Amino acid sequence: MKSSRRTFLKITGLSLMGWGAKPVLEVLARNESSKILKPPEALKAKRWAMVINSRRCPHGCTDCIQACHNIHNVPDFGNEKDEIKWIWHERFGDAFPGQEHPYIQAGVKERPVLVLCNHCENPPCVRVCPTQATFKRAEDGIVMMDYHRCIGCRFCIAGCPYGARSMNYRDPRPFIKKINPAFPTRTKGVVEKCNFCVERLAAGLLPACVVACKEKALFFGDLGNPDSDVRKLLRAHFTIRRKPELGTQPQVYYIV
Amino acid sequence: MLEKVLIGSRRYWSWIAFLVLFIGVGVFYYLRQLDYGLGITGMSRNVTWALYIAQFTFLVGVAASAVMVVLPYYLHNYKAFGKITILGEFLAVASVMMCLMFIIVDLGQPARAFNLLIYPTPSSILFWDMIVLNGYLLLNIVIGWTVLACEKKSVPPPRWVKPLIYISIPWAISIHTVTAFIYAGLPGRSFWLTAIMAPRFLASAFASGPALLILLCLILRKFTRFDTGKEPVQTLAKIVTYALVISIFLVGMEIFTVFYSQIPEHMKHFQYLFAGLEGHRALVPWMWASVFLAGAALILLINPRTRKNESLLAVACVAVFGSLWIEKGLGLVVTGFIPSPLGKITEYYPTGPEVLITLGVWAMGFFILTVLYKVAISVKEEIEA
Repeated sequence: MKSSRRTFLKITGLSLMGWGAKPVLEVLARNESSKILKPPEALKAKRWAMVINSRRCPHGCTDCIQACHNIHNVPDFGNEKDEIKWIWHERFGDAFPGQEHPYIQAGVKERPVLVLCNHCENPPCVRVCPTQATFKRAEDGIVMMDYHRCIGCRFCIAGCPYGARSMNYRDPRPFIKKINPAFPTRTKGVVEKCNFCVERLAAGLLPACVVACKEKALFFGDLGNPDSDVRKLLRAHFTIRRKPELGTQPQVYYIV
Repeated sequence: MLEKVLIGSRRYWSWIAFLVLFIGVGVFYYLRQLDYGLGITGMSRNVTWALYIAQFTFLVGVAASAVMVVLPYYLHNYKAFGKITILGEFLAVASVMMCLMFIIVDLGQPARAFNLLIYPTPSSILFWDMIVLNGYLLLNIVIGWTVLACEKKSVPPPRWVKPLIYISIPWAISIHTVTAFIYAGLPGRSFWLTAIMAPRFLASAFASGPALLILLCLILRKFTRFDTGKEPVQTLAKIVTYALVISIFLVGMEIFTVFYSQIPEHMKHFQYLFAGLEGHRALVPWMWASVFLAGAALILLINPRTRKNESLLAVACVAVFGSLWIEKGLGLVVTGFIPSPLGKITEYYPTGPEVLITLGVWAMGFFILTVLYKVAISVKEEIEA
């Protein structure tokens, strides 16, 4: 073959295309099972879940929110536009649309409802993420994020029917009151949300919000264990979940 | 053939300079956005996709509409479109390029864009959109360029182009279908959760794209020696008419379903768009302008006498393009987020930098379009001379 600039460019182009196709092929041919060793003190479960007794949640108390946001280096920009939040209060009617009516039990309407990521059994955010930066941990069902892989397309935010996700519209670091060096800060341009305190579970600790709650309104435990706190509560009380009709199977249950 | 781009009239160079100016301003503000983050735009915690993604959605339609000239010419041997097929294909190239640029400027971490390739995820519609958009871009570049190069040498195009042309026809449908699936498959976003999203996208695309193509044909006739003749323009006008009628019909079906069923979550978005919700009415005047423009265009297009009058046809095409740009490029994306899943109404207003970046991408698109059309027209003029 006579070599010319033309053939050289053609071959270069084809090689570049092959380079791009390689990772696609690798994924199709994947057969791996990663093993992550855990420290012996780590809390383990088949399926982590949370039960929130909203009747015990006093007006004006933000202990759980403060604890979570401090530990996880959640910035405070001081404006609603750029706001980032992992756990917060909503009006009953906004947390449970359609459940409010004019003759509802006294106090329910005004009662603050604590909302956070539901760590869905069937999470739409995981389905729509184009890079698997958001994924469901197979062993215990926690919906997690890899902040270093997120490209900031915000498809997960559009996919989440609970408004649980926030985008870092700007560099969050200058807006963190006191940086907790034990937990990573985020960079601008990535999405974040509640992680059910995976880092604390790995160290044998319960989630920060649960520990911070003086009223004992939050319970965390393993749905796979019939004797766990959460299973006992679910047996003893009528509980509801947010937007169950969407089939996402939220794993945060509410006693109302 | 690319050398034709370097020789042009004074008017050609002023147009290029005009576009480069806007590109430059866009690049400047994009660098600012890279530095500051997407917070430089009007997007917020509740409205997380806005002007950029809306432009992307609208332009996918313009790109897909190339099939409206390719299909009659290659599948039905409709000779009158022979002259404008290349214009359709090159319009598709420029539009897809704009789509890709709008996705890039919308990313929070554009440097990580290749994660899409490194971690391909078939469950994500964005993965498929990347495949169909890039595939469509490649198809149109290869087909358009090869056929034009053969025309220049007065030889028939090579045989391998034919299958590519046939593939490009369903592929055009796929780009807009997949783009509709980005929205239509999300639980809890009632405004988008409709099975006729893809048909609606296609209908509006086949109106807005050919309308733009008509305008481009008329502009080329005015400023170059290249004349498409009356027939292809009139056929395109009929395509625009039918597509616009179907598009309006589909929107009407949507409105019936939403308001007769009276499901609040579905109604609220339409109320926000056309009447305003709890005093928030930023998009209301725009949407009524869109309705008015569509109505006016419909009258001008349905009546054969006005449609055959090319000046009035041009007015109708501007109205169609404007109306559908408002519907897709402003209303559709933002309203999916208003109200939010938690019932909050957050109005969205684009910021100055956001608008200038958007204009920069549009200018870049028109720059690509100008370059490609310059090549095509120069070749055609050369053949005729």
